[in-house]
Amino acid sequence: MTTPLHIGFIPLVDAAALIVAVDKGFTAAEGLDVTLVREVSWSNVRDKLNIGLFEAAHLLAPVAIASSLGLGHVKVPITAPFNLGLNGNAITVSPALYAAIMGELAGDPLDPMATALALSRVVAARRKSGAEPLTFGMTFPFSTHNYQLRFWMAAGGVDPDEDVHLVVLPPPYMVDSLANGHVDGFCVGAPWNSVAVDLGVGHILHFVSDILVRAAEKVLAIRQSWAEKNPEVVAALVRAAFRAAEFIEQPENRGEIARILAQPERIGVDAGVIQRTLDGRLKISPDGTMRESSRYLLVGREAAARPDPVQAAWLYAQMVRWGQAAVSPEAVKTAQAVFRPDLYDAALGLSGQADPGRFGSIGAFAGPAFDPNDIAGYLASFTLLRRVP
Amino acid sequence: MSADSSPKIVIVDESPIRAAILEEGLREAGFKDVVHISEMQSLLARIYALDPDVIVIDLENPSRDVLEQMFQVSRAVRRPIAMFVDQSDAASIQASVDAGVSAYIVDGLKKERLKPILDLCISRFNAFAKLQDELDRTKSALEDRKVIDRAKGILMKLKGLTEEEAYVLLRSTAMREKKKIGEIAQSILTASELLK
Repeated sequence: MTTPLHIGFIPLVDAAALIVAVDKGFTAAEGLDVTLVREVSWSNVRDKLNIGLFEAAHLLAPVAIASSLGLGHVKVPITAPFNLGLNGNAITVSPALYAAIMGELAGDPLDPMATALALSRVVAARRKSGAEPLTFGMTFPFSTHNYQLRFWMAAGGVDPDEDVHLVVLPPPYMVDSLANGHVDGFCVGAPWNSVAVDLGVGHILHFVSDILVRAAEKVLAIRQSWAEKNPEVVAALVRAAFRAAEFIEQPENRGEIARILAQPERIGVDAGVIQRTLDGRLKISPDGTMRESSRYLLVGREAAARPDPVQAAWLYAQMVRWGQAAVSPEAVKTAQAVFRPDLYDAALGLSGQADPGRFGSIGAFAGPAFDPNDIAGYLASFTLLRRVP
Repeated sequence: MSADSSPKIVIVDESPIRAAILEEGLREAGFKDVVHISEMQSLLARIYALDPDVIVIDLENPSRDVLEQMFQVSRAVRRPIAMFVDQSDAASIQASVDAGVSAYIVDGLKKERLKPILDLCISRFNAFAKLQDELDRTKSALEDRKVIDRAKGILMKLKGLTEEEAYVLLRSTAMREKKKIGEIAQSILTASELLK
């Protein structure tokens, strides 16, 4: 079986399982002939996947769901049999905003509720003094970054649509935009937060794992119609990505992985920064302060690669909360059905009996426990939310 | 925009040459109201200020994702914008992606009116790609010539060949190894560097 496959990706560290699967020969060992195509925008990845130029892609989990629901764009059902990463984003702010938040902080700077409340006091003070609203960058309207930023600031009473500006910025432009004052902060994946810190223009305020313990970040996305016609190829891809994820999670392999990912035609940034990301050991301040977390980016450990439909439902709930989608029981089902743990289990010969829920699902720092069967009830507990017009 | 006036078209492209080619084509086709944005800073604000009917962007531009924000419900949006290419128009999608261009339309402009604009963009983008390709090939042909000349010189010196004989040797080796003559010449240069 030598099926030529074209798989699109965006140069980010959470494409690691895909890149390593190809560059370490795990896809070839499965009889797959994969060409990775580096892309510059999520819109391109989505469109090329939709029209069949790509058989599969590294895709924002919320885009896979939005595409399946026909939100914001054409409706093309997507299948996600493998989760390429959990978490991995961070919120970085300018030195000025960092100082302002720290000046208003009452509590632990790693506690997102404390920083969100401090942010709300900063926002109030700026409004009183007639200063421009703060601007935050995120990567795409349907992105975990967007929802994580919103969830965090709304918990402190900051309305993400009224009190601040949220703007889409391509990840490679984030650091420049922070340096020249175009934005005051952003939420983006690796390596861009570290790049900002290394250049002395940003402080990492939070790892997104402070906000949610487990958030599906990027998925291996395949057109549903194609996946149905090519189940063997899908299974082979899942196995190759799984082997890559296992390889990445071995600490002794990290140096080699970082070198593979650092290649100019892959991610194209310094291998040292990539290794820090994989190790979850990041410089968070230009003064050299380091922070370590075992939850920063999960590629394969703690069952991270197994798609969890509860996370798909949570992402859909955020779309409803912020007015991108209407609430409907059918849509919840469709969203959950994008994530396919059954295909993952079948490809790897797992019985599906192992308790996949033992690592938890969402674990948000605020709000009630998430119930995928009662999204309206869950959302009713939040005071800040938008309605679909 | 009234029914008979020319739609306002914004070209978002960091390549000034391609944008110029596109702009010229559009003007020749009778579209008078064309604005080119080459600076990606504050892109959305500039587009809102220009208030175009059609936005054309190249697919190599990361700022395409910025445009996607226009679909979002937000107080900043004065009127909704939808992507022109819809599911019923697969051929147009394919052609535009192949050419490396994408178009967005502001709701209210009739699709029939957009078709000629998109077709023109596709053909101009293809023409630009062809030009670029020819330029690259000319450049690499020139490079090859230089490398081949140097390799010939080395062969002449080391093996006491005439220029003609050196070239024949390069060519026959390339044919036997199923490689380009430039590649064989390059390996001779590399080898002679190593053996210095």
